[in-house]
Amino acid sequence: MSLQATFAVAERVLLQLRRDPRTLALVVGVPCLLETLLKELFEAQPRLFQHVGAPLLGLFPFVTMFLVTSITMLRERVSGTLERLMTLPLGKLDLLAGYGIAFAVLAAVQAAAVSALAFGALGLDTAGPRWVVGALAVGNAVLGSALGLFFSAFARTEFQAVQFMPAVVFPQILLCGLFVARGAMATWLRWLSDALPLTYAYDALAHTAAGTLDARFAADVGVVGGAAILALALGAATLRRRTA
Amino acid sequence: MAAVRVEGLEVVRGGNRILAGLTHSIPAGLVTGLLGPSGCGKTTLMRTIVGVQRIAAGTVTVLGLPAGDPRLRVRVGYMTQAAAVYADLTVRENLTFFGRLVGAGPQTVDDAIATVSLENERSRVVSRLSGGQQARVSLAAALLGDPDLLVLDEPTVGLDPLLRRDLWLLFHELAAQGKTLLVSSHVMDEAERCDTLVLLREGRLLAAATPSELRRSTATEDLDQTFLALVERAG
Repeated sequence: MSLQATFAVAERVLLQLRRDPRTLALVVGVPCLLETLLKELFEAQPRLFQHVGAPLLGLFPFVTMFLVTSITMLRERVSGTLERLMTLPLGKLDLLAGYGIAFAVLAAVQAAAVSALAFGALGLDTAGPRWVVGALAVGNAVLGSALGLFFSAFARTEFQAVQFMPAVVFPQILLCGLFVARGAMATWLRWLSDALPLTYAYDALAHTAAGTLDARFAADVGVVGGAAILALALGAATLRRRTA
Repeated sequence: MAAVRVEGLEVVRGGNRILAGLTHSIPAGLVTGLLGPSGCGKTTLMRTIVGVQRIAAGTVTVLGLPAGDPRLRVRVGYMTQAAAVYADLTVRENLTFFGRLVGAGPQTVDDAIATVSLENERSRVVSRLSGGQQARVSLAAALLGDPDLLVLDEPTVGLDPLLRRDLWLLFHELAAQGKTLLVSSHVMDEAERCDTLVLLREGRLLAAATPSELRRSTATEDLDQTFLALVERAG
């Protein structure tokens, strides 16, 4: 590991993002819009908004960073810059860590903006500390980045990469317990839900919203962290110095 | 002394034999031209030398180490055919980034920009540059680490004649400093500018000699004719 190389990569990725103000505006603006929409949608059932508002806030970065990372990495492969990087004294871990840091920073900005809106103007409240929602959002972003990195290896074009979003992200959102309580699912769906990392990410957010930061919450955080590390390791395995 | 030694190299891509038992040495301190028609295996040979190509058989030794050895990553500079730089960053931002990876500071970056005559474009975003300018950004990136071996895949494509002449002068200047250059081209008139030539056809070595030796042995006037004569002789 070289800190110099890691930060060089992180700064370069952030510089590229800064060059693309429209994407930045979308990354921050879209979740704000959706959170507002949710508030208006549940105007008659304010308790429902209180129930799903915080978990959604914490899950947005997962979706965004999955997409952003998979497209960025795909471009890196297609343009030949990845091949150049593989001929340079840059460790795979340095590259991945650099990406992780850059997207965690972006996720922090996104989470801060959506939190300010949700906890401020929209009147969202959580029993647990609000900063925990923000910290979980950044953690979920790293998980999304790691998964995006891994799945981008299976896409040849940007069209394919975009299709991995509904394929990988939607089932996890449907099964994480947000729409249907996990106890009410058919057994096989419940098992499937058990195997998906977003289930634990949602559970940790739900515990924060309810103010029950217990052992179960700690276990959730551990599973999300472990899944992110596993996905990063799988992603590293897709980065080959020698290709056919 | 050979900078690169290739023995019995075989590369198979997608079921096709791209390189079929290639054996050759590339001398140190010279500009070696790698010539042959498109699809003859030039790029594959270059990728093998820089260590990013999976090989089926044979050995490749670069500066005394096996190709792809981590210690070579600071000693070998590689310029791919596609520009392989970040289109959304400026010239300077690109080179600063690649420079940080090979330990080159701001002065080295400025020198590299001057070497490829891009001083006026340094603050422009790469996607807004012409193809030839983008290729020069890529070349500058390959120069940053002050490598002992430069592997350049068609570095002069699409450049105006003046720039092409300047770059060939640069290549010889670098060779005079003791560096080894392997430069591919499919333009025969560039062959004249090389110290020594390697001609490839369908993954095999067609000939290896200096431009004048080749002309003499085939009794031809220009290298296009030489190439034809060699192909006919090989049957």
